[in-house]
Amino acid sequence: MPNNSKGMYNKNLVIAGIVIFVILAAFPFWFNVVKSAPAPEVVLTEKAKAAKECVRSKEYMTTDHMVLLDVWRDSVVRDAKRTYVNPKGVEFNMSLSNTCLDCHSNKTEFCDRCHDYASVSPYCWDCHIDNPQGGIE
Amino acid sequence: MKSSRRNFLKIAGITALGVGARPAIDTIAAVGGRGPTEPEPILKQNEKALTAKQWAMVVDTRKIKSEKDVAPLYEACHKIHNVPDMPIKRHEIKWIWPEQFHHAFPDLHSEFLSEKIHHTTFPVLCNHCENPPCVRVCPTKATFKRESDGVVVMDYHRCIGCRFCLAACPYGARSFNFFDPREHIKEINLKFARRTKGVVEKCNFCVERLAEGIEPACVEASKGILTFGDLYDPESEVRKLIAENFTIRRKIHLGTSPAVYYIV
Ligand code: SF4
Ligand code: SF4
Ligand code: SF4
Repeated sequence: MPNNSKGMYNKNLVIAGIVIFVILAAFPFWFNVVKSAPAPEVVLTEKAKAAKECVRSKEYMTTDHMVLLDVWRDSVVRDAKRTYVNPKGVEFNMSLSNTCLDCHSNKTEFCDRCHDYASVSPYCWDCHIDNPQGGIE
Repeated sequence: MKSSRRNFLKIAGITALGVGARPAIDTIAAVGGRGPTEPEPILKQNEKALTAKQWAMVVDTRKIKSEKDVAPLYEACHKIHNVPDMPIKRHEIKWIWPEQFHHAFPDLHSEFLSEKIHHTTFPVLCNHCENPPCVRVCPTKATFKRESDGVVVMDYHRCIGCRFCLAACPYGARSFNFFDPREHIKEINLKFARRTKGVVEKCNFCVERLAEGIEPACVEASKGILTFGDLYDPESEVRKLIAENFTIRRKIHLGTSPAVYYIV
């Protein structure tokens, strides 16, 4: 006991240790402050620009497009309801390939950029064809 | 318990504060949430969609003179649905295919058959059974009987590939993707999705076409061999055919009640 009591209660060492630990633990945070990747910019096709507004508002689509697609999927597959009437009364065919990607026919510059940035990898395109217009697989 | 009064007052105070803060919290939540004035979106069926209580099909096998008469059915279906053409027979994916009488109707088979029946190949597909065993066994509800029109539909998003349904279906109407099917699609239909490795697939009674107001592709390609309609509408074409002709169905003793009828 008397021997290691000095080591155990050395105030300076303990505080220095805590400081180093906090710095290391916070590494991801300050690393990102110093060097963070710029938010990606999505590219709109001419067709998307001309349409002016998406199925819902831009804000809603940015934050909730995955919710919308989830609702669409269940509605089409399970309830046989394929027409979506948005709050403004405009009707849309609920189809990822044939509606969304008809306008946004530039998956790499539109979908992928953000998904890569946010590090999400949705597997929609394992089955759904990414661009019915251009016919590029 | 000297401090109990003091404690009581403390708790009461905090509670009052909490209750008092409620309107403020509500306001903040409302501002943060989505505009309460926007009406809810509406989900509805396509106006031009074909509807029925239970879709059914009648196959008039008397009109099948040779293999050539039925080949277009298989081709039409597999082409529009991006059904792969797997190189190895045991990995085969099929939605509609030819079968000989003794395979299609083993319970009706006898050693000596009419020459005609013996040489005819019968188009077989999912029967969209009224009492489908595949639906009963599916643990994820990836296979279900659609309430709106009785079609037995697959939700590929949910299928976990357990293959219970393959074992349960007495008609072999389901195929499992043991390998990536996408590499083996000869000519892709850009309007229709594909499937991945690890899911089961089968005939969907062309629900995507019914939604657009058109008949299934195989019916369209069949030049009158196949007829499609509502089993519970006495005026429908299928009901008329069933009323006027003797029809058989596949393995009815199993109680599945298939909705595909064959005139022989
Ligand atoms: S034929 Fe097979 S897959 Fe089709 S509904 Fe009947 S049991 Fe299910
Ligand atoms: S393989 Fe898929 S559809 Fe068949 S029973 Fe399993 S989860 Fe259901
Ligand atoms: S009804 Fe449609 S999915 Fe079914 S076999 Fe005919 S073409 Fe294929």
